[in-house]
Amino acid sequence: MSTAAHNASGAERLRANDPEHEAPVGGGLRKVGGVAGWVDDRTGAAKGVGYLMKKVFPDHWSFMLGEVAMYSMIICLVTGAFLTFWFVPSAGQVVYDGSYLPLKGVTMSEAYRSTLDISFDIRGGLIIRQIHHWAALLFIVAINVHMMRVFFTGAFRKPRELNWVLGAQLSMLALVEGFAGYSLPDDLLSGTGLRAAEGFMRSVPVVGSYLSYFVFNGPFPGESIIPRLYAVHVLLLPAILVGLFTAHIVLVAVQKHTQYPGPGRTNDNVVGFPVMPVYAAKAGGFFFIVFGVVALMSALVTINPIWAYGPYDPSPVTAGSQPDWYMGFADGALRLLPGFLEFTAFGFTFSFNVMIGAILLIPIMYGLITLYPFLEEWVTGDKREHHLLDRPRNNPTRTGIGMAGIASYCVLMFAAGNDIMAIKLHLSINDITNMLRLLFFVAPPVVFWVTKRICLSLQRRDRDLVLHGRETGRIVRTAEGRFYEQHEPLDPYTRWHLVQHEQHRPLELESGVDENGVAAPNARSQRLRAKLSRFYFNDRVEPVTPAELEAAHHDGHHVEAIEHQEPGGAPLVEVGSAPAGENPDTTEQRPGH
Amino acid sequence: MNALAARRRHPAAIALLILVGLLVTGAAYAALAPKPAQASTVSADQVQQGKKLFQANCSTCHGLQAEGSKDGPSLAGVGAASVDFQVGTGRMPMTRPDVQAPRKEKVVFSEEEIAAMGAYVASLAPGPAVPDQEFTDGSKGDPAKGGELFRVNCAMCHNASGAGGALTRGKYAPSLHNVSGKHIYEAMLTGPQSMPVFNDNNITPESKRDIVAFLHSVDKQQNVGGMALGRLGPVSEGLFIWVFGLGIMIGFAVWLGQKSA
Ligand code: HEC
Ligand code: HEC
Ligand code: HEM
Repeated sequence: MSTAAHNASGAERLRANDPEHEAPVGGGLRKVGGVAGWVDDRTGAAKGVGYLMKKVFPDHWSFMLGEVAMYSMIICLVTGAFLTFWFVPSAGQVVYDGSYLPLKGVTMSEAYRSTLDISFDIRGGLIIRQIHHWAALLFIVAINVHMMRVFFTGAFRKPRELNWVLGAQLSMLALVEGFAGYSLPDDLLSGTGLRAAEGFMRSVPVVGSYLSYFVFNGPFPGESIIPRLYAVHVLLLPAILVGLFTAHIVLVAVQKHTQYPGPGRTNDNVVGFPVMPVYAAKAGGFFFIVFGVVALMSALVTINPIWAYGPYDPSPVTAGSQPDWYMGFADGALRLLPGFLEFTAFGFTFSFNVMIGAILLIPIMYGLITLYPFLEEWVTGDKREHHLLDRPRNNPTRTGIGMAGIASYCVLMFAAGNDIMAIKLHLSINDITNMLRLLFFVAPPVVFWVTKRICLSLQRRDRDLVLHGRETGRIVRTAEGRFYEQHEPLDPYTRWHLVQHEQHRPLELESGVDENGVAAPNARSQRLRAKLSRFYFNDRVEPVTPAELEAAHHDGHHVEAIEHQEPGGAPLVEVGSAPAGENPDTTEQRPGH
Repeated sequence: MNALAARRRHPAAIALLILVGLLVTGAAYAALAPKPAQASTVSADQVQQGKKLFQANCSTCHGLQAEGSKDGPSLAGVGAASVDFQVGTGRMPMTRPDVQAPRKEKVVFSEEEIAAMGAYVASLAPGPAVPDQEFTDGSKGDPAKGGELFRVNCAMCHNASGAGGALTRGKYAPSLHNVSGKHIYEAMLTGPQSMPVFNDNNITPESKRDIVAFLHSVDKQQNVGGMALGRLGPVSEGLFIWVFGLGIMIGFAVWLGQKSA
């Protein structure tokens, strides 16, 4: 391997030794030749570039999910620019005369016609359209899964709460961006989606119809919505997305990446590969893999065959009108909300059956997601910085909450396909809908409980492994004729994974009254906090302490085995400290340590 | 000329005029009005054979005289078209009671037998006849016009590309892929089950033919964009990206992650 074994603070020290002014190009860059030097003489960029080049990134497959999102966004940007060359964002009516015969002579909007032209008459147009759309779907899938990774490993803890907030906004804006794009081609499905969106706006009490007139510049559908959506889709939201994303990635670089616990990896360092050359090569390669897979998918599998849906016209509706998957949960919520939530009062109609799912759901959901790190910080009272990730099992309540959230999301998403399920499974759509209504309330608590139990059992198993070693299946007969199964103790590297974490305990309730016996102003919130803290940490499995481990080793036959296996005598008592890092990777010191 | 002028006040003239007027409008109506697209003539033999077949195979549910029972509706007035559709698509004879008789690939009866039963049912009370081939041949229609009609009249149940859709309580509008022109026409004419009847005043025989043309053009379409994923739209696309898209990406990520040291 070509990775250099820098010592702990190698990167910082190298930088510190850089001469201030002359020779601004670091050793690695000088090889690039005159051009880099020329640029650097004028911009002084080498310093920053050198800093970035030497940054260390830890390696784990789950850290690449964010990269998948980044690459698919880039693919969307590039292919989107291609689409703008031919797409005509106009609702003006024209008669189709292109090469798709089943629609010849049909009156349609220019937007729809130009999308048909992109699909049938412009060389490479269809594949670019399909790449654009598949990449958009992958983008949002990847964001979601990336978010789950961050959540379940506790990577959102201090100092990364801010980045979590940015990420949540990115994720929400991606939905809006996708919806805006989906509505552009003006086919029957997307027009139905816009029709629904108009209905959603109207469900806002009192101002609903004004809102809808404002957005559509008059009654639905009007001529303005497509040009407006176009500006939002190709200009406004991409600019915001790219801006937020840049801030997001800069924060990752500044705060350094988190890492999974492991030997040699502490809260104060980062173990991994420097950007140049290993990480950059890997990441660059991964970009091409993502692009290749998306292109292959787009070459083989149709997406959004707008020609099959026909042009939008407000009168027809088609069975199976679904939005893209990422809007499915909102559509599903609409399908589940019971009709009796609509009522008339004071001469106004209040359509809460629509409004809750369509207008309130997304802000509520993303609001909760955004606030979660702050809630957890408050409950644990933990104000320290965390650079080591949690294993999901070691925080059973958080993991349970996450799974419960995913469960309710899934129920809503499946509800959006209730009609498809009804046909494909030969069930009654009414039964499916009622079933999902029930599940929406039952599934999250059940999933929470089951997840938490699984986590706790996994922790118990870890304890067991550490204390008693791995069962070897070898039965040994002693001289006295006793039988026992030989347990093989874990090597210190494996053990480290299982014992390194700390376990929170419930917070004790402060007395709630001050020294004069007057109720503290925050007594109520303190009580809530203590309650939540108990909810989080009452059921827990403590990691094995060094003392426990030693005790366990002195009452069995394992000792010989250990000594037999490790003649060097591993420092058994020092479970609390990492085995010395003979790590081939680079280690970078975190600032402030 | 004079003779005609002299007799124009003859009392019979008015009656004659009315007669001519009626004849002309009648003829014009016959020429211009949408023609029910009928085929074939019927013989008494055929009716007799149909009756036998019917009583042997269908009477348990529809009654000996097709008067209906609690297991099946009366067939008086449904016409030969309905029989041709129901038996020709394998829906009848129904094998077991269900919310809806499903289409079956295996048709139990021959063309001839179906025609005989149709003739028998038509002999009970007049009803729509099996349509003329002239109007069921999609190649004579205009798929673009048919597409517009289809989106307005049928897509809300059958989906814009004819992939089918769910109705309430386990009923469904089936997929319309690879259905013969005759059966498409008959479905519109007879309105099986929850499907409305589209009679010749709603949708003229020519327009029905356009719809057939549209549906057949959908069948013939090679999937220009690649695999169609069952033409179920965004639901199957979402499933695909989660299962395959994400699966492949994670596979590669794990592979790259292992290439570390
Ligand atoms: C198991 C009972 C059963 C048998 C056997 C059966 N049918 Fe039916 N049939 C039904 C039921 C129930 C319906 C109404 C529901 C439907 O159309 O799906 C029906 C509907 C029909 C209709 C449509 C009526 C309309 O309103 O348009 C026709 C035509 C028909 N049957 C013909 C036949 C013929 C011909 C046979 C014998 C080859 C037959 N059926 C055998 C139960 C049966
Ligand atoms: C209210 C919903 C509805 C509408 C509108 C509707 N259909 Fe149907 N259609 C159905 C149902 C339900 C069935 C299944 C009937 C059965 O199996 O007995 C059906 C069956 C059919 C079939 C038979 C398919 C097969 O598998 O054999 C054809 C063909 C058909 N419809 C064509 C049309 C056309 C063409 C239109 C528009 C002019 C249309 N339908 C409009 C509900 C509808
Ligand atoms: C970053 C995330 C983006 C997402 C999630 C996204 C999503 C979408 C979607 C789902 C469609 C519908 C495509 C179809 O099936 O026809 C679409 C269309 C379109 N997008 Fe994007 N897009 C993104 C960025 C961009 C950018 C940056 C541009 C332009 C610079 C762009 C330009 C277009 C155009 C012109 C269309 C309409 C053309 C057509 O429908 O064929 N997109 N987008």
